[in-house]
Amino acid sequence: MEKLTYRHVAALRAKGTRDQAIVGVVASGNLEVLVERGLPDGECEVEIRTPVEGFGDVWSAVVVDFVGRSSPGGLKLSINDGGARPDMVALRLAQAVRAIEGERS
Amino acid sequence: MTVWDSGRIARASRLQAGARYAKGKHVARKDATALLEAVIQPGDRVCIEGDNQKQADMLAAALAAADSGKLHDLHMVQSGVVLPEHLDIFERGIARRLDYAFSGPQSQRIARLLFGGKIELGAVHTYLELFARYFIDLTPQVALIAAVSADREGNLYTGPNTEDTPAIVEATAFKDGIVIAQVNEVVDKLPRIDIPSDWVNYVIESDKPFYVEPLFTRDPAAITETQILTAMLAIKGIYAPYGVQRLNHGIGFNTAAIELLLPTYGERLGLKGKVASYWALNPHPTLIPAIESGWVKQIHSFGSEVGMDDYIRARSDVYFTGPDGSLRSNRAFSQVAGLYACDMFIGSTLQIDLQGNSSTVTTDRVAGFGGAPNMGSDARGRRHPSEPWLRAGKEADPDSPALMRRGRKLVVQIGETFGDKNVPLFVEHLDAIELARKLDLDLAPVMVYGDDVTHIVTEEGIANLLLCRDNDEREQAIRGVAGYTAIGRARDAKMVQRLRERGVIRRPEDLGIDPLDADRRMLAASSIKDLVRWSGGLYAPPSRFRNW
Repeated sequence: MEKLTYRHVAALRAKGTRDQAIVGVVASGNLEVLVERGLPDGECEVEIRTPVEGFGDVWSAVVVDFVGRSSPGGLKLSINDGGARPDMVALRLAQAVRAIEGERS
Repeated sequence: MTVWDSGRIARASRLQAGARYAKGKHVARKDATALLEAVIQPGDRVCIEGDNQKQADMLAAALAAADSGKLHDLHMVQSGVVLPEHLDIFERGIARRLDYAFSGPQSQRIARLLFGGKIELGAVHTYLELFARYFIDLTPQVALIAAVSADREGNLYTGPNTEDTPAIVEATAFKDGIVIAQVNEVVDKLPRIDIPSDWVNYVIESDKPFYVEPLFTRDPAAITETQILTAMLAIKGIYAPYGVQRLNHGIGFNTAAIELLLPTYGERLGLKGKVASYWALNPHPTLIPAIESGWVKQIHSFGSEVGMDDYIRARSDVYFTGPDGSLRSNRAFSQVAGLYACDMFIGSTLQIDLQGNSSTVTTDRVAGFGGAPNMGSDARGRRHPSEPWLRAGKEADPDSPALMRRGRKLVVQIGETFGDKNVPLFVEHLDAIELARKLDLDLAPVMVYGDDVTHIVTEEGIANLLLCRDNDEREQAIRGVAGYTAIGRARDAKMVQRLRERGVIRRPEDLGIDPLDADRRMLAASSIKDLVRWSGGLYAPPSRFRNW
């Protein structure tokens, strides 16, 4: 089991008012993301627990793109990975930000 | 004296050699190999009918059992190298040369035999191209075909899986060749006549029905949420803006996801009646919900699909059926339809390079292509306009005068950036090139050429290659949707950003796609059982797809 933590500056505070949300499932090739508020508006933290070791550079790249494309300011995202491919990880992270935002008006 | 009917004379002597095994046209199963040894001659061009679906399996086994002292150096000209027997005949020295189109399950063994020098490869064709050559320079001397039933005179009923039979028989029977049919049964009265008896020389009743592979059945339970995301991108980013009414789908899970999203996501986007009405398509079970929801006006099929026969029979407004009520498929005509009358082909592949060339051939698997190169190519002979075709042509060439501008077929490659076992979809160089070098081929087996590809869809977004103005833009557009593969990570981020601003690359967020919609609950059916339910119990899936 490898644990990776990334902290980034985020341009915008995440929208919505929900305190937390969970998306995905812990299953082979899948992952679960718990997303919570609580960090300062300009910060974002992603913590990953993965059984597949040695892919730190890919995780880092996925997280950098995620922070750039979504607006996850103030969010802490905890990933429980089941060996998901990067395409699935990117989708779950985008879903997590949408989920904590709540219903779109 | 010049002889002008040597072919006819040769046919008469072949028929005479075969006559001792036949009562009229009927030959007993036990004499099948002896018949083949009698009518086939060394060096003959022989076609064993078989594609990615139906197989003349009994006749393939009969040929593989032949004495290689009597039968050798045959030139096999056939759609599919699919059964072990298709390669046994090369291993045993009965056949030497091969021209074919598709070899799914035998792709690894065929590669070994090619490298071992057991097979002299002519070319890997697309189906329609091989059929075309049956009429020019690869006309079979003997064709071994499969039908559902024959009557006493030798008329044949090929039934829902008619597929390649008419093309093969036409070329063989009308050029002094011999046609031998295996049939599941001999009956007094056929449901309909698909092949008239005077085109057929011998009929052999098989001990079991000819094999049909349910290749076009995709279990909705196996569709992933990234595949759903790619499907939503395709629907909202391509089907909707171009208004694609006439199309063909490949067989992968991405296109199965599109079929299952039409009645849900497509409905929500208000696209019913505006896209996906007319199809060149096999009877995909995953299209049942869209058909039942009134999306589909008409489908012409290359072949049938196991378990779909009763459903098709009950939906004759949608499918082509005979006076007996059952499906009439025809691979040659459906391939022509896909080439000339469809505005879009969308399908998956195994490798895409930096110019958009794609291939399913890898260094240890020579899978062949089937119909994809034909469907996935722009028809240069096309002359009729349609909205999507004109619009694609304009995007590629905005400055030419409209009346003189060619349209373009939409050729879309769709897939996740990583495939099975985390193998990247995007590569620097196709394995096909390496294979061509090793085998000393004149041409690398490319499935879809980059200059025919108009769009590449991955979970990261859509690259519209029509809008690329040079090779650099094209390369960066491809890198820009290649995700976290080595190709994707080596992108020029600034150029990719500029391409995105121009709409060459469109991301899910650019299209207003909510990532939360990439959810399996969005599928109109989430299991094979759901498909059975949608069909009102008419779809009867093969046992391997039943888990209830």
